[in-house]
Amino acid sequence: MMYLATTGRRSDAPPRPVGVGRRVPGTVVALGAVSLVTDISSEMVTAVLPLYLVLGLGLSPLQFGFFDGLFNGATALVRLLGGRLADRGGGRHRTVAGAGYLLSALSRLGLLLAGGAAGGIAAAMAADRLGKGVRTAPRDAMITLSAPPEALGRAFGVHRAMDTTGALLGPLVAFLVLWATADAYDAVFVVSFATGLLGVVVLGLFVPADPGAPTTLVRPTRVPKPAPVPKPAPSPKPAPVPKPAPSPKPVRTAPRVLADPAFRRVVVAAALLGAATIGDSFLYLLLQRGLDLPAALFPLLPLGSAACYLLLAVPAGRLADRSGRRIPFLLGHGALLAAYLTLLAPAGPAVAVLVLVLLGVFYAATDGVLMALAAPALPVRGRASGLAVLQTGQALARLVGAAGFGAAWTWWGPRPALAAAALALAVALTAAWRILPGRKAR
Amino acid sequence: MKSRSTALVLAVLVLLGGALGYVLHARERGGGPQLVAAEASFTLEEPGLYYRDTATGRVARSPGGVADGPSCARFYAAGDRALCLRALPGTPARTEAVVYDRRFTELRKVTVPGIPNRARVSPSGQVLSWTTFAVGDSYAAGRFSTRTSVLDLRTGYLIKSVEEIPLTIGDTRYHAADINYWGVNFAADDNRFYATVSTGGRTHLVEGDLKAWSARTLRENVECPSLSPDGTRIAFKKKVSADPVAPWRLYVLDLADLREHPLAETRSVDDQAAWLDDGTLAYALPAHGSKATDVWSTPADGSGTPSLVLPGASSPVTVPPASR
Repeated sequence: MMYLATTGRRSDAPPRPVGVGRRVPGTVVALGAVSLVTDISSEMVTAVLPLYLVLGLGLSPLQFGFFDGLFNGATALVRLLGGRLADRGGGRHRTVAGAGYLLSALSRLGLLLAGGAAGGIAAAMAADRLGKGVRTAPRDAMITLSAPPEALGRAFGVHRAMDTTGALLGPLVAFLVLWATADAYDAVFVVSFATGLLGVVVLGLFVPADPGAPTTLVRPTRVPKPAPVPKPAPSPKPAPVPKPAPSPKPVRTAPRVLADPAFRRVVVAAALLGAATIGDSFLYLLLQRGLDLPAALFPLLPLGSAACYLLLAVPAGRLADRSGRRIPFLLGHGALLAAYLTLLAPAGPAVAVLVLVLLGVFYAATDGVLMALAAPALPVRGRASGLAVLQTGQALARLVGAAGFGAAWTWWGPRPALAAAALALAVALTAAWRILPGRKAR
Repeated sequence: MKSRSTALVLAVLVLLGGALGYVLHARERGGGPQLVAAEASFTLEEPGLYYRDTATGRVARSPGGVADGPSCARFYAAGDRALCLRALPGTPARTEAVVYDRRFTELRKVTVPGIPNRARVSPSGQVLSWTTFAVGDSYAAGRFSTRTSVLDLRTGYLIKSVEEIPLTIGDTRYHAADINYWGVNFAADDNRFYATVSTGGRTHLVEGDLKAWSARTLRENVECPSLSPDGTRIAFKKKVSADPVAPWRLYVLDLADLREHPLAETRSVDDQAAWLDDGTLAYALPAHGSKATDVWSTPADGSGTPSLVLPGASSPVTVPPASR
């Protein structure tokens, strides 16, 4: 048994609010460290890529949008494929996830070597997306396989907190590199490449090939301090389910894992609630309009909710372990509903702060918790594919929700659309309350 | 266990050490071009074709070709005023819009988020407008959206974003979250303006009224409108192909009867064309095999053939002799 904190003290030790817990397995911390390092690597590129393409290479925004949208559709398919491959057994989770991490790291070299060639840039961006799609489900499956079932919530909380820390640090690192080098984008790509490789190294060294087996736990990498958050980030990790895809293309595994009624209920509930979410970007836009916020402050809004997410992920996970994961998952969506209702109130700084906090609560209480809720319903050999199906389903549902809200905004204007969204979420929440199995499924 | 820690330390040293080395190397080498001001000898008093010189990033004048003007990513001048957009270093992207008089004395400086895109000055020089690409803004995460500002020098009033101007499409008042404006340019009365509005995947030409603060669409599929000096026609780029590499063609629209005709230029132009005079348009096109652009011109009536005006240039604008 591995005790991460040296004493049995509770999670309120001030200097390390992240990941301080009594029984977080070393593998989970190692996976968290991999995600942290990888997110620094990927978010620093995300932060500078548009600038690089448009200012550095003179690409038109239309072309950029084309590149950006091109591979989103493939991601969902690749995620399902990654889950399926990982479930073939023989410790493939780490191999598949590692291949994904490595591919994303190598894509930075591709950006560097492509110079200005559009084809090269497109290929590098595609490689990054593929890597991201492939690794997500095996990684989450490894978390579920290495943590004891009764502590899954906290394990995911620790992982997501570390992940979000990386997402917050990435743009900051990019800013520092650009500042130090007077806008040398290639230096950003090189640093990102090195950081990405480091993630692969940590995965290879500290994550056992077969996390399901009883582990000889490694002394985990030191849990990092939370990000100081001094720097606007374009979009720090609103949702871990990466990019939505145009159409659900079920891989053959999907029906098999969906045959389990308990898991099916989780997927249906997550999809239902996902379809009633409007997308963070709309929330931020509404906030900005309501407050008449200077546009320069706009990038700071997602930072607020990400910081809140980071701080609350572990406590929410612990709560989920104690109360059953259904409760925080539903309450988290309740927080989102409260955020919608708050936005309907007359705008003011207090409203903005409240909305950001509620959004952070929403992610903390639902994101990792959903994985912890679903995993026990899945067979060990179907973990990765099951989680992939769940994540893909949720991402597609959110895409539908955002599109629906956009249409409602166009038809009725922002406030009626928001009221409708709140109503839809309330209905979905009620339905999910009934659909989700009670305590027994944990 | 111990060997693993050793391996990790080694990996950190090699990878982060290598990265640090590269950063230091890049620092030595020097990054992007520095932003410089205009030389004292460089003014708008001399008539000619002003443009941005790709090699130096500075404003230059033809004939002469001396790039002694300020560093600008986009440049335009009319009346007694010039507008220069420059990208500030670092991330997130910010644009500095600088208003100059004819001697390139700085009159006003505004910093807005985004990457420089379009700049225009009303014929009188009194109303200025510019567009930036805002990154990571809003509804389409990762996509670009635009942000267009209007600066009225008569009152000093700055509209940081025109996005919330009441818009009428057809006969109905229109709302949407994904409304983007770009390429605003003002008519001689310093009140009426034309621009592109994009929403729901379509673009429209809008006619706006600054005083009344309203806008209505005139026509679909019009981007980057440019009003002719006589105020009767609008040059614009029209999306003619789904090919993302070459989607546009330059057209001219007659405002009296809303009839349009294509120009002789068949290559895809991603620029807000500039009227050199009432019969000629100039625009930038990517130079063959390099990152630079060249300025070409073609007759506005659709006749003739395009001709290369200035190699290694963009943001062309005709400055007539001083009107005094």
